[in-house]
Amino acid sequence: MGTASSPSSQSASSESVLDCDVLVLGGGPAGTWAAFEAAAAGARVVLADKGFCGTSGATAPSGTSVWYVPPDAGRRHAAIVSREALGGHLADRSWSARVLDTTCQTLHLLGERGYPFPLDEAGAPIHVSLQGPEYMRLMRKLAKGAGVSIRDHSPALELLVDEAGAVAGARGIRRQLGDLWRVHAGAVVIATGGCAFLSRALGCTALTGDGHLMAAEVGADFSGMEFSNAYAIAADFASVTKTLFFKWATFTDEDGAVIPGAASNGGRSVIARHLGNGRVFARLDLADDAMRASMRTAQPNFFLPFDRMGIDPFSQRFPITLHLEGTVRGTGGLRIVDETCATRVPGLYAAGDAATRELICGGFTGGGSHNAAWAISSGRWAGRAAADFGRRVPSGGARRGAGTVGLRDAGARPFDPAAAARRVMGEVHPYERNYFRTEGRLTDALGRLDGQWAALSASAASDRNDVLRAREAAAMTAVARWMYRSALARTESRGMHRRMDHAGADPAQRHYLTSGGLDEVVVARRAAPALPADMASGVAA
Amino acid sequence: MIEIISAARCTGCNICVTACPTNVFAPVPGGAPRIARPDDCQTCFMCELYCPEDALYVAPTALAPQGLTEGDMPATTLLGSYRAAIGWTPATAANRAVDTMHRVLKGD
Ligand SMILES: Cc1cc2nc3c(=O)[nH]c(=O)nc-3n(C[C@H](O)[C@H](O)[C@H](O)COP(=O)(O)OP(=O)(O)OC[C@H]3O[C@@H](n4cnc5c(N)ncnc54)[C@H](O)[C@@H]3O)c2cc1C
Ligand code: SF4
Ligand code: SF4
Repeated sequence: MGTASSPSSQSASSESVLDCDVLVLGGGPAGTWAAFEAAAAGARVVLADKGFCGTSGATAPSGTSVWYVPPDAGRRHAAIVSREALGGHLADRSWSARVLDTTCQTLHLLGERGYPFPLDEAGAPIHVSLQGPEYMRLMRKLAKGAGVSIRDHSPALELLVDEAGAVAGARGIRRQLGDLWRVHAGAVVIATGGCAFLSRALGCTALTGDGHLMAAEVGADFSGMEFSNAYAIAADFASVTKTLFFKWATFTDEDGAVIPGAASNGGRSVIARHLGNGRVFARLDLADDAMRASMRTAQPNFFLPFDRMGIDPFSQRFPITLHLEGTVRGTGGLRIVDETCATRVPGLYAAGDAATRELICGGFTGGGSHNAAWAISSGRWAGRAAADFGRRVPSGGARRGAGTVGLRDAGARPFDPAAAARRVMGEVHPYERNYFRTEGRLTDALGRLDGQWAALSASAASDRNDVLRAREAAAMTAVARWMYRSALARTESRGMHRRMDHAGADPAQRHYLTSGGLDEVVVARRAAPALPADMASGVAA
Repeated sequence: MIEIISAARCTGCNICVTACPTNVFAPVPGGAPRIARPDDCQTCFMCELYCPEDALYVAPTALAPQGLTEGDMPATTLLGSYRAAIGWTPATAANRAVDTMHRVLKGD
């Protein structure tokens, strides 16, 4: 496509049409890094976000620790190896090394561009965490400064494909204006985040798996969807999840008795079991005065709900819950086929939580850090590759919308998005179905989810007021089916995937699971990288 | 959940209408925006950070509103408390570079 630095626009009937080299869907860390990188490579870039780029997504309202290790071969090796068992030995050392390298360089770049990293006693910046509001405000500014055209409140509804089946743009709605948009692009990056199934976890409302569905509709597939049952601890009245802080908690039952074995790490299932029978309380009384002060300035938003309820979380007990974070702090997502973060569909790339993170953390993300590092790294790689690809695609040519459910009339039955969403939530939120998985409960849930998909597929198209909600409900239904079908196929417990009827890891199942398909969901095995020599002995694979 | 827009403080700049990631507000010509879709609020507190007048109050409860109105406006120490804590007011700008997460991550 041309060399102009800004996207060119024209109007066609009721849709505004934009022409560019790279379209990025999603404006969280992954999307903004992808857009920044693509624009820096000379591409004309449009970024469309469902919400506001800068406040939307899982990072913006939160604080994130980042997997940052200085360029020291020994320390990096140790950092990589230390997490392998937790992830069920599915991570790939070469990908981990690439991510550490790119993340480190990028955090230094952020500092140069004005991110106010705290300083140590010697005056050197400390790079291990980023404050969400500050980070994402800066990312918006950097993307804009690089020439990216940002479209807020513009959720994508479907991808466009050319006659050869390559991805060639997307179509969506401008929800504050009530009209449609259409972007023709040489390449598209899916950076729409994970799927948290409308749980109340902080920053997760926009994350309904829309990009997963759009990508599946053009033939992309997934990996690791069984690693999708992350639950995080929060006060039961609040949205703010920060499991890390509960390391200093004492967990008690209704009567104030300490619950044996309950812990934020390694004892979360005990909490889940207790929540099945009654309330669980926490008090962060194990933190000393210095730690209490550090926690306050590390993450002020954690304390907002407590301060506003008049509760001192260090001295008073408060009821807690576990919010499902689904694939956001899970590791499954779109399968990428090479180091550029390309999917198997020409012209389509995936980055951040929308993509699988198994390559660097296997089946468990633990206390985070890896996801933020992955969003940065995969975003930059996908943006660069999409720019190279997108700029070579000739503009013009016929394009058709690839969307299915909710967009095309397939029957007379009306589509009730709120009811459909509630039904998916009922299948994936409950601990007894998703945390403690069994063949029987997964099969039952799949029967109902398959039925819902079939019903939605035979429904009428939604009108403009309902179409976003309809697509979100369809996406959550599809994601739940890839999740549970994968969970059924993995007859062992590995990473965060826990089968009550198959305790422990089975050495014969140290493989990846590919999943995909819409009307018919299929799951297949792929070999995991060979165990490194220093791991091959003594490891229960 | 978002519960109060103080008509007394709000200048009608509509920044919150744009900045809210879940599109909770609707602009009202010549006045303070309306909380048009409270059920979509994800209790993320971002609107408080972006409001230059500290005119918004997000109640701490994420599942149900507390039923506050402007008459129940909380103590002024809570209005804008988050914006001040992260260093987004002129008086507290030094807080931007205060991040003790590294101590929490190390600490045991
Ligand atoms: C409470 C919490 C704490 C966390 N803490 C940590 C941590 O300490 N360390 C760590 O590494 N990770 C952490 N994570 C995970 C981390 O936040 C994510 O990995 C990271 O945000 C991923 O970035 P992303 O850009 O892929 O997705 P997101 O930041 O979620 O952004 C996705 C974007 O896509 C947009 N979008 C969605 N659908 C559409 C659509 N149809 N059209 C257009 N746009 C769309 C959304 O509006 C959003 O802006 C945490 C997550 C949560 C929920
Ligand atoms: S940002 Fe604040 S001042 Fe501006 S319209 Fe919203 S509430 Fe009013
Ligand atoms: S708390 Fe978040 S979701 Fe709720 S109104 Fe404010 S910005 Fe919007």
